[in-house]
Amino acid sequence: MSVITIERKVLEKNEAVASHNRELLRRHGIFAINVVSSPGSGKTSLLERTIAAMKQNFRIAVVEGDVQTDLDARRIAAIGVPVVQIVTQGGCHLDAPLVKEALQSIPLAETQLLIIENVGNLVCPANYDLGEAMKVVVASTTEGDDKPLKYPAMFRNSLALIINKTDLIPYVACDLPLLRRNALSVNPSLRIFETSCTTGAGIEEWCGWLKEQLNRTV
Amino acid sequence: MHELSIAQNILDIIKDYRPSDRPSRIRTVHLQLGDQSGVVADSLTFCFKAVTEGTMFEGAELDIERIPFSIRCKECGATTSNEAGLFRCAACEGTEVDIVSGTELQVAAMEIVDEGAAT
Repeated sequence: MSVITIERKVLEKNEAVASHNRELLRRHGIFAINVVSSPGSGKTSLLERTIAAMKQNFRIAVVEGDVQTDLDARRIAAIGVPVVQIVTQGGCHLDAPLVKEALQSIPLAETQLLIIENVGNLVCPANYDLGEAMKVVVASTTEGDDKPLKYPAMFRNSLALIINKTDLIPYVACDLPLLRRNALSVNPSLRIFETSCTTGAGIEEWCGWLKEQLNRTV
Repeated sequence: MHELSIAQNILDIIKDYRPSDRPSRIRTVHLQLGDQSGVVADSLTFCFKAVTEGTMFEGAELDIERIPFSIRCKECGATTSNEAGLFRCAACEGTEVDIVSGTELQVAAMEIVDEGAAT
């Protein structure tokens, strides 16, 4: 019997393609964010609000990831920005090769901000680098205040947290200060925003910060 | 639930290492799996069996070494571990910490038996 030493990361192929994506985006001066959350937290509504607030000043494109349907891509297309839908057909996350393929349909030379909406899932997308500049995690008040503790990797790997559906605070059992404390306990440098995509509250502050990040890199 | 694609990735990696110059059988594949890697060991074992069926790796055992989650505190310097994957120093309760281990997902080695050799 013989033993062969291998010592290779299982996700090395994804990481290599993610590096390729990052370099491609950098060459075109594109700032890319990877928006992650559980299903139904309001990612697509946040995209609609964000695009509406920023499209006068920035050229935006979107990659939509869903397990089934192109419903989200249609919502984004209705706002008038380029969008590519990735249907994972059961896959629980986007990976770098899927995004690489989608980028072929994005007008890169005419894009400044790329928003990638991941599949709704707080577990698997945390492990897959897509080549983005940063992950943004969305947690809605209807999910309660304990999600950062239950899914620490996602909150640890994100640069910003958007607490969405703040208009529902009076009706749900979500302790907002506790949610913030829980999030900061897994990631002390997390930048936190509070929004309601129904009323538009907090969108200006979030977009202001996003513009700062964009201007810094582009 | 992405264990199936993880298992496929493992298969893709070990394919590169099978000796091509002599008949052989892969007995065991050693995998290092961090407790906070987000991968379920039992599911992965099941999926590995499924993806290797009908291939030259059929019957190979996936040996999973679990690696505990541990952090190093930037404030007090202590390295502590906890099962919950919490980012809080067990010694001083500091929250400025670096991950030391527990997120691994790596194929470490594999054991090969030469076919036709004396048993």
